[in-house]
Amino acid sequence: MARSKKISVDRRGFLKGAAAGAAALVAKPEAAKAQQAQEAAEVRRPAPLPGAKQTAAETSPPPHVDVYTTDRPGSDFMVDVLKTLNFDYIFANPGSSFRGLQESFTNYGGNKDPQWITCCHEESSVGMAHGYYKISGKPICIMAHGTVGLQHASMAIYNAYADRVPVYIILGNILDGRWRRGDVEWTHSVQDAASMVRDYTKWDDSPVSLGQFAESAIRAYKIATTPPMEPVVLVADAVLQEEPVAAEDRGKLYIPKLVMSQPPAGDYGAVREAAKMLVNADAPVIIAGRVARTPAAIPLLVELAEMLQAPIIDRHFRMNFPTSNPLYGSGSVSSADVVLGLEVPDMWYMTHSQTPINRMGMESKPITKPGAKVITIFAGDLFSKSNYQDFGRYDDVDLSIAADAEATLPMLIDECRRLITSERKSVIQARAAKYAETHRRNRERDIQQAAWAWDASPVSTARVSAELWNQVKNEDWSLVSDVTFFSNWPLRLWDFDKPYHFIGGHGAYGVGYGAPAAVGAALANKAHGRLSVNIQCDGDLNYAPGVLWTAAHHRIPLLNIMHNNRAYHQEMMYLEDMAARAQRPVDKAQIGTAITDPNINYQLMAKAYGMYSEGPIDNPNDVGTAIKRAIEVVKKGEPAMIDVVTEPR
Amino acid sequence: MKIPLLLALLASLLSMASNAQTKVDAENGKHLFVKDGCYECHGYAGQGGAAGARIADIGLNAQGLIRYVRAPAGQMPAYKAKVISDQQLTDIWAFLQTLPKAKSPKDIPLLNDLEK
Repeated sequence: MARSKKISVDRRGFLKGAAAGAAALVAKPEAAKAQQAQEAAEVRRPAPLPGAKQTAAETSPPPHVDVYTTDRPGSDFMVDVLKTLNFDYIFANPGSSFRGLQESFTNYGGNKDPQWITCCHEESSVGMAHGYYKISGKPICIMAHGTVGLQHASMAIYNAYADRVPVYIILGNILDGRWRRGDVEWTHSVQDAASMVRDYTKWDDSPVSLGQFAESAIRAYKIATTPPMEPVVLVADAVLQEEPVAAEDRGKLYIPKLVMSQPPAGDYGAVREAAKMLVNADAPVIIAGRVARTPAAIPLLVELAEMLQAPIIDRHFRMNFPTSNPLYGSGSVSSADVVLGLEVPDMWYMTHSQTPINRMGMESKPITKPGAKVITIFAGDLFSKSNYQDFGRYDDVDLSIAADAEATLPMLIDECRRLITSERKSVIQARAAKYAETHRRNRERDIQQAAWAWDASPVSTARVSAELWNQVKNEDWSLVSDVTFFSNWPLRLWDFDKPYHFIGGHGAYGVGYGAPAAVGAALANKAHGRLSVNIQCDGDLNYAPGVLWTAAHHRIPLLNIMHNNRAYHQEMMYLEDMAARAQRPVDKAQIGTAITDPNINYQLMAKAYGMYSEGPIDNPNDVGTAIKRAIEVVKKGEPAMIDVVTEPR
Repeated sequence: MKIPLLLALLASLLSMASNAQTKVDAENGKHLFVKDGCYECHGYAGQGGAAGARIADIGLNAQGLIRYVRAPAGQMPAYKAKVISDQQLTDIWAFLQTLPKAKSPKDIPLLNDLEK
């Protein structure tokens, strides 16, 4: 059978022809004119009428073809299930293995409660969920391919795991090979999707029926949000998503009720023992790790600290304690006779030092006074895994209470109150003046230190922090970034007292967390009209800068201040350390760590993603006014970025 | 007369060589301060930060700086003479002497107005 010659112009061929035509017009105007005249003549010529065969083909009923439609895919039921969990948003980069669910969420679910947020990278999806939770206290549902999407997401999941943050992860997968459409779906399918992240998630399941999906979906949420909170994974099989629910089965499907577990408080006897030790101590100190799960923890911790006149050493993993309280940062482990660690994952390092000499053997010694007692209240003791080593060094403490610290605080406060006699109360309160004076001196020292390099360029991190504070202090602000790499200047100069004033750090120090966490936290703050401020490290942003587009696209108000110090300075310092130790040139430390030649222009980067931006600014006197202009943009509901060329730390 | 003249010339040359060895070059010190990454922990202005102490205006003489760098306390690695010579450290010390002192916080309105 002879085939008719197909005469068509696909888009690529059309563009190729158009480009060639354009080139010809430039190169040979006379030839082009002749060609145009010929084409004009062809246009005037009448088109031939269709033949009988073509007419019949276009007007007769088509031969039988299979079409496949359904009015009730399984993914609609999955949406019904997931809506009961009250997610505000779904963060996702699109993936074919969850196309059924995505379509159901946007059409059947109305793209509301939860609303779909477009992400440019799965690491951004999880990082945003991480930041969102830290402000709102609500887990976010993220979706990803069970294979390539999860591979992208994995570092961010580990950060959330180490930071005790629940993230609800749904993975698309096509378990049945007969359903896969060609090699792409074979390469995007996996036998056991969750296995890749099982070492750093709390629970996972791969349901094979809609009924099991419903039960596992509710169970996953409950497990994720029970302290110690961790990410969980639920695999949504594509066949379950896309196949219809049989009419006779619809009435049988059941969505279990979510019953949240009460966080575990400490054993009463152990808490009473802890209270005795604290009340009778002459110099108790409290180390605050991830204490504040909820806003309620802050006043509880203040009450305990003030009742005992016990200074707080804040690890800044959460907003735990007001920085203006005289007990904030006014004590030390080395001067304490009782040390209480609340949700401190690195307790051993808080009570020991390691000598820099003989680091291969890591000589160490306690920094506590002889006879000092150490107490821990730590939900991490209730849940451990072995492969990833985030559990830290073993603590041979004196009293270990495996419990959630926030849930235990009311009992501990009651016990302390009961044990404090009037005589003891006088002794305890006598300590207050000393700590108030230490707090005042610390503050004075920080201000003195901030004055150094005030007019220097690159701009000092203290100057940037002071300029920022001047612009935000009278706003309802929220610092949505870690500031470890900013010499903690905001924590030293600003006044933190509200639960949303600070969100802490990465968890596992996986770089790339900062930008997405800030965007997620800012989205949570948006509902409250707060001014979100992100001090953004340059190295961090370069992992997945597409999150800037997400912020611009979804109109997420966020003030970004670039900490543009043009290097991975922590690693550069390590390399200098290694070179000095080996007695070799230290100037090679910049190889592989500097982000220069060319310098990255973050102002242009932000602009490219649709964000208001200014900079790069290297004159410290220009920083304040630029921030002021950017805040005006943010107050209108948009993100903005000020690119500041800064000191390393 | 020739011998005393020769000796005088030799003495003069030795003196010049000695002076050359101890000549302090703050400009070279600035170059080394950046090239060898001192600013990483201590800041371009020697102001210090989370990773290193302030080293501007601390009243340390060149010998004191050399002694400390050879056997530092805390997190700072030891820089032996094979890595950075006494002369180079002396130049860095000279550069540190050129750094401006901090303003008084009282003269910086933002630092006087930190309260809400």
